[in-house]
Amino acid sequence: MKSKLKGYKEIPIGGLILDAGNAKTYKTGGWRSKRPILDKSNCINCYFCWFYCPDNSVDVKDKDVKGFKLDYCKGCGICAVVCPKKCIKMEDEDKFEE
Amino acid sequence: MGKRLALTGDMAAAESMRQINPDVVAAYPITPQTEIMMTFSQFVADGLVDTELVRVDSEHSAMSACVGSAAAGARTMTATAANGLALMHEVVYIAASTRLPIVMPVVNRALSAPINIHCDHSDTMAERDSGWIQIFSQDPQEVYDHILLALKLSEHPDVLLPTMVNQDGFITSHGVEPVEILDDSVVKTWIGDYKPKHTLLDFENPITVGPLDLYDYYFEHKRQQVDAIDNAFKIYPQVAKELSKLTKREYPMIEQYNIEKADHVIVTMASAAGTTRYVVDQLTEKGEKVGLLKIRLFRPFPADQIVNILKGKKSVAVLDRSASFGSFPPLAEEIRNALYDEKTKPPVYSFVFGLGGRDLLPSHVEHVFKGLAKGSFNTKTIEYLGVR
Repeated sequence: MKSKLKGYKEIPIGGLILDAGNAKTYKTGGWRSKRPILDKSNCINCYFCWFYCPDNSVDVKDKDVKGFKLDYCKGCGICAVVCPKKCIKMEDEDKFEE
Repeated sequence: MGKRLALTGDMAAAESMRQINPDVVAAYPITPQTEIMMTFSQFVADGLVDTELVRVDSEHSAMSACVGSAAAGARTMTATAANGLALMHEVVYIAASTRLPIVMPVVNRALSAPINIHCDHSDTMAERDSGWIQIFSQDPQEVYDHILLALKLSEHPDVLLPTMVNQDGFITSHGVEPVEILDDSVVKTWIGDYKPKHTLLDFENPITVGPLDLYDYYFEHKRQQVDAIDNAFKIYPQVAKELSKLTKREYPMIEQYNIEKADHVIVTMASAAGTTRYVVDQLTEKGEKVGLLKIRLFRPFPADQIVNILKGKKSVAVLDRSASFGSFPPLAEEIRNALYDEKTKPPVYSFVFGLGGRDLLPSHVEHVFKGLAKGSFNTKTIEYLGVR
């Protein structure tokens, strides 16, 4: 996540935004301090996490919970709390920093 | 080639503003700045400038209007003093951070309370970390010259920062002195047109100014500001050299007077440099080895140049026209900080003078030089000149 952000020499000065509608490309996942980690061996695809996620960040493909869209997940941890199998763990984000 | 006029510091500021002919000026009157805008608004009323003069309800609104105007791509100026500058404070930071090259004459006056209309530097020193370039003027001539210099420096694409051009309230702002004015056409040609790269009124290329900027990019934008004000070190001498060619006067970041042979040096800014120079002349005539270092550019602070001049001296006295309650005053801190890495360095003594317009008398300056020679001051304490 962090490495995708640009350095101070690569961005317009003064906070100017030069491209209209760029909120679309703004990755709010950068706000996260904890990251959900899924233990798939215990997951029963109940979709509780998918229902409760306030940011549509649970990745479900072909009726199977695959993981999380980290570009948008803000690390609120609701998924981990509601999981009936306790197979989602919230881990400190700094572990994943390069 | 030009002419010589009898002008106060305020009128000299208005005269340079007339020649710059800014697109927009938004200002609110405050003593002792009022005469700048009073004189300039007469120029507007007489049709001598094309400026859109915005009469606002406060200095907070004045700087806000300037930020909007400069972001829209207009060459923008204002002027203020003391509590007016303090009321602007929030937007002063925004102007620098948004990288808008606004030029603002500041007529230095003591901040309240108790209320006082006379000179000290507490107003501008409260803005020293705002990201503005700060230039100090000794007399009306320097006020006129520095405003032209500031405009060119601020608008340079490698800088793009606002500049405060300081002068001492009443001492300079209301004192009449001869001022040499360039021809209008010479100024017009030299400053050229202001052509910002991105503006709010460029409808073909719409932009957002002043968006939310959280911990993922705010730091990067601050880092850019560091480079921008450092670039002023590089650009300032170029601009000063260009202006010198027109005026035949010099504008070094720091000005040395009788320094080479001096053992004991006073460092100070603005009109106090004039008083100090007078005393340096008198004492030199009596065979004493004393000198003056006048700081013209305070932000960015030209520490390297200062170190080279001061490191071999026997002692240094720094005269500040503002206090920093609970610590040493701003200029003394800068000078000490600059000298810290030197193996051999002079003791630096700190003096506060002139708060609320108290005169700095030649006898005060003489007292400092004599004490330096005798070694009778203490580096751990601050001396207060002229206080009862």
